[in-house]
Amino acid sequence: MKLTPLGKDRKETLPGYARLDGRLPGYVAGYKEIAGRFVPIVSPRLTARDSLGDWGVRWGIRRNDFKVAPGLYAIGDPGPSSPILVTANYKLTFDRLRKELEGVDAWIAVLDTKGVNVWCAAGKGSFGTAELLEKIARLRLGDIVTHRTLILPQLGAPGVSAPEIARVSSFRVVWGPVRASDIPAFLAAGMKKTDEMRRVRFRLADRMAVAPIELAHAWPFGLGSVAISFLGALPPDAGFGHRFAWIAVATAGSVLAGSLAFPALLPLLPTRAFSVKGAFLGALWGLASSLLGGLGFGLGAALVLSSAAVVSFIGLNFTGSSTFTCQPGANAEVEKSIVPIVASLVAGVALGVFSRVFGFR
Amino acid sequence: MTEFGYIKNGETLSIRGDTCTGCGACVDVCPHGVLGMRSGKAEMLDRAFCMECGACARNCPFGAISVSAGVGCAAAIIKGKLGGGTPSCGCGPESACC
Repeated sequence: MKLTPLGKDRKETLPGYARLDGRLPGYVAGYKEIAGRFVPIVSPRLTARDSLGDWGVRWGIRRNDFKVAPGLYAIGDPGPSSPILVTANYKLTFDRLRKELEGVDAWIAVLDTKGVNVWCAAGKGSFGTAELLEKIARLRLGDIVTHRTLILPQLGAPGVSAPEIARVSSFRVVWGPVRASDIPAFLAAGMKKTDEMRRVRFRLADRMAVAPIELAHAWPFGLGSVAISFLGALPPDAGFGHRFAWIAVATAGSVLAGSLAFPALLPLLPTRAFSVKGAFLGALWGLASSLLGGLGFGLGAALVLSSAAVVSFIGLNFTGSSTFTCQPGANAEVEKSIVPIVASLVAGVALGVFSRVFGFR
Repeated sequence: MTEFGYIKNGETLSIRGDTCTGCGACVDVCPHGVLGMRSGKAEMLDRAFCMECGACARNCPFGAISVSAGVGCAAAIIKGKLGGGTPSCGCGPESACC
């Protein structure tokens, strides 16, 4: 049974959710009664089901419907002086937050970001000033705490104007750390951040965490790879198996190179342009696999060109998963790279067909 | 390596020193350490790492910072060019693909 958000029942006058009997979402451990109202208490422990869901969504499973109900929650045993942490209603975000709050007594106000994480939602404006003001009023945050401080994740700052919140509501915004794992230390230090807590990182582990979705999005290339390997390996003579295997290694491998090796090697690949980094990696892969497979000059050159195009395009798309690209740069890159990418792919395929049909090696 | 640089980083970011009161709000919200305080005013430490997210400008109480904020996402830009309109993350109002 699902929890009913506040407002469905007009008799509800205080923040929280109606208490419902029956099966609860895994993250609700019970209810905290406040003046006849029941606020769900969330558990800081993730169940196996939570962890499985969080893993799956990294691969795109249920990605557009991975949400918790927006509203007010409690963690631990919060009171009128406990901090209020504001977050997004993407369940991966919510799980990340609560898992770090073992032993912390706090209120959690979940904004309706349509199941999008804090940073992206702030960019879109759904983790924004208007939504926060609406939730302050609707959840009556002023009635449940005696202080007037809201702790927001720092990455909400592109969407929420703290000066505007202070002007319009009685609350003031304190920008918490970027990562939920720093919240206990941030609270213990009296809501003080270190520079390290302020910085977004994009280390190997961070890059690989967002890689699965790139791979999941690249399935059309995988499908294309099988088709091209089959067609490229024709005619079905004695060499068919060998050609099929090596063209498949080259083409499917380029999809893996773009989705997995590209993010892993990002800082090592030449230039700052993602498309150029990708073209370099793709060409290298096409060359290595055609040399190893002994595919000859014609087919080899075809694979270098097409692999460079595919990895360049997948790499270009990784700008959206990265933490440091700006719009003018990405715009310039798109404008300069799309024609060469398409040309390289067309030339590669044409050369491949030519070399197979006319037996050019 | 702690910070990555990209292309055209921070070209639209500017601080008006005469309007800045040195409250430090911008320094607090910058995720890339682009801004710092010197002699009681905000200043740009390293424009090359600015991704133009717009957090500083939105949170400056005195309107002393301007930056043209946008998403550095090629897929969004391609979609914007194909379908018209400004590039934005996601595939629709209810979507999380960002």
